[in-house]
Amino acid sequence: MSKPRVAIFDFACCEGCQLQIVNLEEEILNLIDVVDVVEWREAMSEQSHEYDIAIIEGSITREEDAKRLEVIRSRAKILIALGACATMGGVNKMKNNFDLNEVRECVYGEDGKMQHLDTQLTKAVDEVVQVDFKIHGCPINGAEFAQILRSLLVGKAPFVPDYPVCVECKANENICRYEYNEICLGPIIRAGCGAPCPTAGWRCFGCRGMVDNPNVEAAQEVMDKYGLTVDDLKQKMVLFNTK
Amino acid sequence: MSKDININVHHITRVEGHGNIVVNIKDGTIEKCEWQVPEAPRFFEAMVRGRRYDDIQTIVSRICGICSISHSLVATKAVEDALGLEVSEQTDLVRHLMHYSEQLQSHVLHVGYLTAPDLFGEKSVVPLVPKATDAVLKIVKCHRVANQMSAVLAGRITHPVTLTPGGMTKVPTEQELLSIKAALEDAVPELVEICKVVLSVAENLPAFDRETEYVSLTQTHPAYMDNLSRYSFYHGDITSTDCNGDGDMPVNKWESVANEYVSSQSTAKWCKWHRDTYFAGAIARYKNQREHLSPLAKEVEKMFGMTVDNCNPYMNNVCQLIEAAHVVEASLEIIDKLLTMGTKFEKVNVTPKAGRGYAAIEAPRGILFHAYEFDKNGECTWGNCCIPTNQNHANIQADFDKLVPQFMGEGEDALRQKMEMLVRAYDPCISCSTHMLNVEFVK
Repeated sequence: MSKPRVAIFDFACCEGCQLQIVNLEEEILNLIDVVDVVEWREAMSEQSHEYDIAIIEGSITREEDAKRLEVIRSRAKILIALGACATMGGVNKMKNNFDLNEVRECVYGEDGKMQHLDTQLTKAVDEVVQVDFKIHGCPINGAEFAQILRSLLVGKAPFVPDYPVCVECKANENICRYEYNEICLGPIIRAGCGAPCPTAGWRCFGCRGMVDNPNVEAAQEVMDKYGLTVDDLKQKMVLFNTK
Repeated sequence: MSKDININVHHITRVEGHGNIVVNIKDGTIEKCEWQVPEAPRFFEAMVRGRRYDDIQTIVSRICGICSISHSLVATKAVEDALGLEVSEQTDLVRHLMHYSEQLQSHVLHVGYLTAPDLFGEKSVVPLVPKATDAVLKIVKCHRVANQMSAVLAGRITHPVTLTPGGMTKVPTEQELLSIKAALEDAVPELVEICKVVLSVAENLPAFDRETEYVSLTQTHPAYMDNLSRYSFYHGDITSTDCNGDGDMPVNKWESVANEYVSSQSTAKWCKWHRDTYFAGAIARYKNQREHLSPLAKEVEKMFGMTVDNCNPYMNNVCQLIEAAHVVEASLEIIDKLLTMGTKFEKVNVTPKAGRGYAAIEAPRGILFHAYEFDKNGECTWGNCCIPTNQNHANIQADFDKLVPQFMGEGEDALRQKMEMLVRAYDPCISCSTHMLNVEFVK
């Protein structure tokens, strides 16, 4: 049986999620044994139009990029959205809170009117094409990436947690960020990251998106306990366009 | 022999971000020779407006995955400048260490994974695995050590979560410092072996020179004048090889160093200081601060016969190896200092106030500038970032203008290879380009 062909493509993003794949170090060499990486611009010079699995990093901000993505979709059997920019629009979507002409002028001044600086509303990948799997996070968790890819290769449904970050945060024996008078998104955000942000003394920023069925009552209880409102919580979801 | 050459490299590989190389030569006459950047702009300076002073580093970290620590650090420094915050000695040392971990990670990644394949005549690091297994495993090991160091100091490898204006949300424990120390000491012989392997294929670095202006930081901070961090990545003024010891610029004047301008040759926005183009990066730091290198770094320098007079841009790769050795020793020095001092969590209290702040630090690929302004509530009203790759675009074009006539006689494939290697030598980070070149799209 021939090895599944994998191609990795990047759109508007920081390419930090690809870096987490590189950071798998020796493990990536094991993965390369079982798949054929046919295109990965950041790491290799080969290019190909023949692939089974397309991995898409970044969000879509231009018509030409949407077209490129549609072509990739038509060639791929499985399409994976990699990281917050691809799954939700990520930080790039903060741009949508402003008037786009004003945004162009703010950064480029008069030159902002030039054709090549055109920009459109930022879109997540699934706002342009059908997405088969999402690998969450900003950046993604490399170990989770390897686990999901392995599952797909053996035809098993990948395991993606559907419980909140609080579960992993508690396991790390952290004191709740609400005890520090901070608004943390942990109670409604999908775990799987290992809660690095609250463990390092920050709040959960919500980069992995909400769990499928957030426990609204529990979140409300937390808000009530600390004299906060759901609006306060929503304010904190702007950074990564958490949804 | 045919004198027609048409090179059209759409989205050059093994660099961070998207760039194109276009060369048209007809009957021996160069009609077009361009370095183009079609990266999708992301408008960070517009997006930070309205965000709180302590969310800025979290947002702008996402400018670049490879240099996320540098972006977070320089943003934090600029915010601190705006708010008039001083940080403790411990904070300053821990941040230095975090910054060194990124220099090591990025340099090893760049030379080992992205540049080495060219020197071995391969298209990626993958075919190098069977061909030079031992060397690849050593590269992997050094890269992992740097990443482990970032994970401890920044809270994770990419996009730090331990920084906050005024201090740190988490500091390394004695145990963690000791484990980093052991890993770094262990990596020294591996790093020397990597240098030897690169040296064995270094004759494949093209022989090409073009003297230019080299811009970097120069140390002025009193705490770092008599130790290895004198070779500055983090504090100091802005200097260049054209300053001749006079006319260094304080970081709050960085806008008059970068001088973004529209080139007459195209309508592209480039940077210039004393001349039409300048070079930012490892070779610039090396030229301006060479005498402050660590003993191991000087050994690597000697191994490659590198000198301050060398103006071969491809030697930027070698300077990255020299710096990799330097940051290992500079890190060990800081770890010893922190171990002697003992680390403890320091609570940060910040009162927002209105103001504008500037900062400059050295990202692995060159000097990086940020500036922000805040209102009295600590909400951001303005931001400006100028990243090293932007500062280098004009210099890459100037190198192309000299390189193409020099090597066009070698034919299309050899010329394309040399041009791709040149772009890679600058270690560009094109996603970072928050300001972008004007682009004539590839037909």
